[in-house]
Amino acid sequence: MILSKRWLNDYCKVEADDREFFEKMTLSGSKVECWEKEGEELKNIVLGKVLSLEKHPDSDHLWICQIDIGADEPVQIVTGAQNLKEGDYVPAALHKSVVAGGQKITRGKLRGVMSNGMLCSLGELGLTVNDFPNAIEDGIMVIDDECDLTLGKDIRDVLRFNDTKYEFEITSNRSDCLSVTGLAREAAATFGTDFEMPKPEVKGGHGDVNDFLKVKIHEPSLCYRYCGAVVENVRIKQSPLWLRERLRASGVRPINNIVDITNFVMLELGQPMHAFDLRYLEGNEVNVRRAAKGETITTLDGEERDLSEDMLVIADDKKPVAVAGVMGGEYSGIMDDTTTIVFESACFNGFSVRSTAKTLGMRTESSSRYEKELNPESCMLCLTRALELVQTLDAGDVVNGTVDVFPTPKEPVKLPLDADWINKFIGIELSEQEMTAILQKIGFTVENGIITAPYFRNDIEHQADISEEIARFYGFDKIPDWKLRGVAEAMLTDEQEFDKLLESTMRSIGYSEISTFSFISPKAYDKIALAPDSELRKSIVISNPLGEDTSVMRTTAIPSMLEVIARNYNYRTPAAKFYENATTYASNGTEELPDENKMLTFGEYGAGSDFYTAKGAVEALFKVLGIENARFTALKNNPTFHPGRTAEISIDGEKIGVIGEIHPKVCKNYKIGAKTYIGYLSWNELFKFKNTNKVYKQLPKFPALTRDLAVVCDKKTEVAVLENAIRQGAGKMLEKVELFDIFEGAQVGAGKKSVAFSLVLRSPERTLTDSEADNALNKALEALKAIGAVIRS
Amino acid sequence: MLKKLDEIKQQAVEELDKIENKADLESLRVAKLGKKGVITSILKQMGSLSAEERPIVGQKANQIRSEIDALIKQKQAELQEAEQNLKLEMETIDVTIPGKEAEIGHTHPLSIVLDEVKDIFRGMGFDIVEGPEVEWDYYNFEALNIPKGHPARDTQDTFYITENMLLRTQTSPVQIRTMEKRKPPFRVIAPGRVYRSDAVDATHSPLFHQIEGLVLDEGITMADLKGTLETFAKKLYGEETKTRFRPHHFPFTEPSCEMDVSCFKCGGKGCSMCKGEGWIEILGGGMVHPKVLKNGGVDTDKFSGFAFGIGLERLVMFRFGIDDMRLLYENNIKFLEQF
Repeated sequence: MILSKRWLNDYCKVEADDREFFEKMTLSGSKVECWEKEGEELKNIVLGKVLSLEKHPDSDHLWICQIDIGADEPVQIVTGAQNLKEGDYVPAALHKSVVAGGQKITRGKLRGVMSNGMLCSLGELGLTVNDFPNAIEDGIMVIDDECDLTLGKDIRDVLRFNDTKYEFEITSNRSDCLSVTGLAREAAATFGTDFEMPKPEVKGGHGDVNDFLKVKIHEPSLCYRYCGAVVENVRIKQSPLWLRERLRASGVRPINNIVDITNFVMLELGQPMHAFDLRYLEGNEVNVRRAAKGETITTLDGEERDLSEDMLVIADDKKPVAVAGVMGGEYSGIMDDTTTIVFESACFNGFSVRSTAKTLGMRTESSSRYEKELNPESCMLCLTRALELVQTLDAGDVVNGTVDVFPTPKEPVKLPLDADWINKFIGIELSEQEMTAILQKIGFTVENGIITAPYFRNDIEHQADISEEIARFYGFDKIPDWKLRGVAEAMLTDEQEFDKLLESTMRSIGYSEISTFSFISPKAYDKIALAPDSELRKSIVISNPLGEDTSVMRTTAIPSMLEVIARNYNYRTPAAKFYENATTYASNGTEELPDENKMLTFGEYGAGSDFYTAKGAVEALFKVLGIENARFTALKNNPTFHPGRTAEISIDGEKIGVIGEIHPKVCKNYKIGAKTYIGYLSWNELFKFKNTNKVYKQLPKFPALTRDLAVVCDKKTEVAVLENAIRQGAGKMLEKVELFDIFEGAQVGAGKKSVAFSLVLRSPERTLTDSEADNALNKALEALKAIGAVIRS
Repeated sequence: MLKKLDEIKQQAVEELDKIENKADLESLRVAKLGKKGVITSILKQMGSLSAEERPIVGQKANQIRSEIDALIKQKQAELQEAEQNLKLEMETIDVTIPGKEAEIGHTHPLSIVLDEVKDIFRGMGFDIVEGPEVEWDYYNFEALNIPKGHPARDTQDTFYITENMLLRTQTSPVQIRTMEKRKPPFRVIAPGRVYRSDAVDATHSPLFHQIEGLVLDEGITMADLKGTLETFAKKLYGEETKTRFRPHHFPFTEPSCEMDVSCFKCGGKGCSMCKGEGWIEILGGGMVHPKVLKNGGVDTDKFSGFAFGIGLERLVMFRFGIDDMRLLYENNIKFLEQF
């Protein structure tokens, strides 16, 4: 909402300068976003009068003008414009002046003749022909006597192009502040000055409105009130300067007196108005009804629009003439030959107007006001104001009477003034009298301890609403600052502690945290090569997404991870490691909310990364979490991953995650040219299996003995199988078995490999003898032999 | 003979002075103290001495021997030291060569600031709670006094799954869920992801983070809200930070406010960061609306409370001087490494 300072001062005198106005209004609840002075960039442009014109001796189009600027000597200015004559009043930009757009004007010779400045057009002043309809677009602005014609006066003061425009952010509960009077009321309460609401009056007219107009509301739930009046013998012309300048400073283009009146009333009182040409109102009827199926309307902007049954229209006997509260129809508008008009001042259901405007894709000044829910009480006031302006501007002859269809007037809201409750709620100590004084300032009445809310305050329902009014005019800054009393524990839950441990561990082993969007493209599932019938494809689908790329809630964070890796690879980062404690969303149908499960997802690529570094990370994490019995088994059939380089991770037979090299096909889909390793672990399973209640085990008292062994076995035999055999064979003295070499080559034979382990043997009770250690070693070798792994000779 | 012994010592001292390596030192030791050395040969001549002289010379010879021995050991230590120094000198490396990189993962800037915010509120007794991101219309709107038809529900802003299921547009639904689960008094914050149908640009993202706060107790006032949030601002931005509370409107609080902090760049004078205002808005809050309390099953005669919502991305961008929100979700390692 743009507020004209000049207009504001019509209803309440505010002495504050702009900065103070900005700050105080903001602190009392009407937030000023910024302000702007009209014509601020114009400098040293004054009113001049053309004393004489003579042709430039060396030019066929230039004129040498002598301009009287109220000084002793006239100023000589050369102009190329052809629209001037002696006696014209013109804007003269003198030597060292600035015109609109910031162009600097200095004295100079034009074809040998000195020009001490420039005569300005509308555009060079930052104005349009709408602001001054008597001037012309291409030529020097000639100023007529609606302005103060004091020669030498600053042109901004002459043209009254010197208002200040404040831009307000109006919150959705305060539709009353979308008007000059609404903000004036707030300003008066803020600065402690008087506020006066206009009290329009119409002097006697002629005839009877009922002979011209019949109004029927067919949908009282969508149209609360409809007021209409008729003006005959309309005299379309330009509005006076005082009206045009107020519209201009409010950001509205002046058009003609009738259109300007409707806009003026809308800005002044907040009520959108509409003017119909009675000629096109067949049957002289106004029907407020739903559009019929298949009905269309060509709106004022010339577009034909399809209407539907949930849209409210204003219709005559036969056809819709306006989309209620949104825009009028093509023929209903005011034209130069219009003679009789109907003024509409109505109140429509905000939700209905909003959804109609949205469906039709035309949000207008009118619809954006209605959608904030206006109050029907003000309809008649606004209609009267419009008729008064018709008379003031001599824009036509008002027909006697008004039509007012108002099915169910609302009772004003009444609440007791509970000063004690309010004081306790806010933390202040104001008397009932002080509260009453504040409330009265902003239009409330208080009688016998009962508050009556003014009709324009739709937002007042509860004592808390009253407390806000008191608090904001008492001053939020004067409310004390208290520390919370009482004791609270504020412990982290086990889950929160676990999160911290999990994430700090990932970072300590070199993985950087990422944050990715929770929604992905459904195509991502193809990109990671999921089977067509994969459960993971059953995503929660957003019905109104921004685009396909963000249209489904991810069931896996692998696509997000791959995108991040692809981006970094594309940025020529040679290697990187990432993790995300990522939420995934598993659909439970439309009747239940989805399961939101966290998946610890990590990925890496580049030199220094391979399957075993990724696996090492998981093992390190397990060590921190106290998970000792995790198993890694080869996983061949996950299509996202390399069939020969992927493991399923399980604990006690429960699958908790996967780790592996990404399938080259998938890498290619993401345009990643490096081998990429990704793992994911179910947060819930990790939490379940964690054992962070660690207990001290006594340090060994007796020395260990070490025995190394090397066996030759089939190339495909897994190390885990060999290790298992060693454990079973060597018995309980075996403290640790560690792989230290794998070798393939001619020496061990084709299809074979040599695997070497180091065994650490120890007894908690005594020092082992060499023969005990050798015995354990032999048993381990026997167990290995049983599975086809023979000692390497 | 005694004189001879003194001479031997004198000579040994002089010779030792000239020795520069261990081999020469060893030859000297053999020549002086060895089986065929000068001292031994003196001792061998002792037979020719008188019984009175013998012990005197013997004593002197032993004294000289141990003195020479000590001198040799000292020299040996000196040589060893010199030798080691030489070796160390040879081992000199270029300490300006960069160190071997230790692999350290980085915390995402969103988490850095969120952790700080959590710590500040935990210090004031707030528990941390959570709520679902895919939410019912009821919790996200209806129960928060945003009935059907309210402008705030405009589908322009909300991602819907079904008519009743949506992606939460704010963390405020956690207020209702917490009221349903817990009996007041309590203080909680609820950080999390929220979603709005805003196209991505430097200051908008369809997904961002909020931190909801809710305090319910007997006799909670607007003054408690001010004091709590002012403490938060001072802890986050420093003791010298000033706060300003402006009336605002949210459907689920009444009175509602927004809190500005004095611009951390210019201190309130007005600069490009605060757009000349001297103030930067960091959160919205207010006294919990009685309708919301009722919807949460809270006895409004007994309890009152305040609630607030903080936009995490804004805090992060101001904290680190990040001028484009997209950087937070791009996850470029060169960006992440800076934190």
